Amino acid sequence: MKKRNLTFYLFIIPVLLWLMLLIVFPHVDLFLSSFQFENDDGVTVLSFNNYLSFFEDSIYWLTFLRTALYSISITVLAFVVTFPVAFYLTKVVSRKYSSFFVLLLLIPIWVGELVTIYGWMILLSDYGVINSFLIYLGIIDTPIVMLYTDFSMIIGLLYMSMLFMIIPVMSALDSLDDSLIEAASDLGASKWTIATKIVVPHAMPGIASGGIMVFMLIIGDYVAPNILGGKSSLWFTEQIYNFFLTTINWSQGAAFGFLLLMLSSAIIWGVLKLTGQKLERVGS
Amino acid sequence: MDHILEVKDLSKYFVGFTAVQSIDFFVEEGGFFSILGPSGCGKTTLLRMISGFEEESEGDIIIRGESMKGIPPEKRPVNIVFQNLALFPMMNVEENVAFGLKRQKISKTEIVTRVKEMLDRVGLNGFEKKNVTELSGGQRQRVAIARSLVLKPSILLLDEPLGALDRKLREHMKIELKLLQKEIGTTFIYITHDQSEALVMSDKVAVMNKGRFEQIDTPKNLYKNPKTSFVAGFVGESNPFEITSYENGVLTTSHGWKLTKPNLDYTPLKLFIRPEAFILNPTEDLEGIDVVEMKVKTILFDGANTKISAIITQSNDEVLISLPQNAQFEDLKEGDMVKVGIHQDDLKCYKD
Ligand SMILES: Nc1ncnc2c1ncn2[C@@H]1O[C@H](COP(=O)(O)OP(=O)(O)OP(=O)(O)O)[C@@H](O)[C@H]1O
Ligand SMILES: [Mg+2]
Repeated sequence: MKKRNLTFYLFIIPVLLWLMLLIVFPHVDLFLSSFQFENDDGVTVLSFNNYLSFFEDSIYWLTFLRTALYSISITVLAFVVTFPVAFYLTKVVSRKYSSFFVLLLLIPIWVGELVTIYGWMILLSDYGVINSFLIYLGIIDTPIVMLYTDFSMIIGLLYMSMLFMIIPVMSALDSLDDSLIEAASDLGASKWTIATKIVVPHAMPGIASGGIMVFMLIIGDYVAPNILGGKSSLWFTEQIYNFFLTTINWSQGAAFGFLLLMLSSAIIWGVLKLTGQKLERVGS
Repeated sequence: MDHILEVKDLSKYFVGFTAVQSIDFFVEEGGFFSILGPSGCGKTTLLRMISGFEEESEGDIIIRGESMKGIPPEKRPVNIVFQNLALFPMMNVEENVAFGLKRQKISKTEIVTRVKEMLDRVGLNGFEKKNVTELSGGQRQRVAIARSLVLKPSILLLDEPLGALDRKLREHMKIELKLLQKEIGTTFIYITHDQSEALVMSDKVAVMNKGRFEQIDTPKNLYKNPKTSFVAGFVGESNPFEITSYENGVLTTSHGWKLTKPNLDYTPLKLFIRPEAFILNPTEDLEGIDVVEMKVKTILFDGANTKISAIITQSNDEVLISLPQNAQFEDLKEGDMVKVGIHQDDLKCYKD
């Protein structure tokens, strides 16, 4: 083995400290507490009850199912919306301008999630910008209810996550040789064929890593579903929040936190398997 | 003979730059037509106009009697083999070759047989399931050609397809390409900056310079009778000289070497002499030959291509001379004096 010198340790120690103190320890602690259960006698024992209650009470797993399906759909939607933009910015617009457009896309991140959500509230509320405008044009008489519905929640989640799809997809498309597109069209391929047979397969690692990021962000988001979603727009994170802060049942909350982590990882693993992607390639 | 392709007064202007300037030519059905020119002379631009990726600024392209104006690349009866091949890395060999066929209304079984037939023809059977990234340079080359040829195009355009290969393989592919073209009879338009590729493979060669065609001719004529000084200098090896005066049928080079060249009706400025035009130790009584004395400077041994570099005693001009194949001059060494003759007909003079 190679001999490590002092500098090596000097650099590795902060990294290890960070990994251990901020990632490993809290998760181990959370993991251990998720098995703690107060039995009828008021004694704390080790048990699976916190996990079992997820499957026993249908409201929990139904909420999770709903959250997962919405997250998958919004991830797909994010791809559909951003892919043409990513293609346009990397392959059509000259490099000079495309970096400017990317900066524009970054603005929502600088502003922060909460502020953009209030922005959407101004746009979507009953007498907000959109409704007022439609009424002014005479297209509708009474406002369309958009705020505090699944619709506004989807808009909010989509808006905050799009950027995390577009950046990896753009970097994947950047490496696509233009002559492949020309060769395909020379061989008689239509625009649609070129997109589905050449461009998307080439960008697949970028799409997959963007997809994972977006999916994780959405399924674990709390702010947008809570503020923009209505009473019926239940999100799994809201239930975890309730355990921690409303019913003060930390071990139950910890168990649900772990369930969220494991189930969402399982979904990602399943989708990657299904599409034949390899995690190592996605990371690069 | 039918003209499968006719290019009429074709020009391409980029902003502030003329890439192709008033080019006129035609290609015969089944021919092997090469466009030879230095880097940046506009060869790719010309080819991209024929394939439809670049719109012509002026002029017309006619394929089988039909103008190609406004017809997109996917609808033109031509296929192109790109300078960098542009194989689809996400597909294997078979899928690459089948790609174009799948875009047409052809039954699955016919696609399979045609792909197989094509792969056989280019010597790639057994490689069907290999990924294109696992192939050698020459094999990738053949996949690219097969992928286009399987569509039976009227014309196959090839943009320096051998450029990326090493020398040995290039020599080999050169012959293979020529044989393949003969066998299938498709018209090839071949772009290259390598004169030996153009001369070996083609029926006709166009020499291109700065967006224009300097000469369109058979390889043999191009070599024997270059029409412009550019062609004389670019095709084959030559010894160039500046001519400072021409009086009474005698040329004088800038260093003062005098050569007889009667009956020119213009004042030449440039003179080219091929290395093999020099005759070592000529017999005294030959007609139309000037004889000078030279001193051997170095011997450049290169097997059958061995040359000597010699200094003309009269003028200090340095020239390259091919050594004859026989062993007659084997003992020649540095510092030797030799008599060298040049026939008048081998003096190629140009006025620019
Ligand atoms: N889109 C463009 N805009 C402006 N100039 C261009 C464009 N495309 C090519 N050119 C210029 O046109 C000239 C000819 O280019 P072209 O690619 O046809 O050369 P080539 O003969 O194929 O060279 P090579 O042998 O290096 O491939 C070059 O000087 C190039 O800079
Ligand atoms: Mg080129």
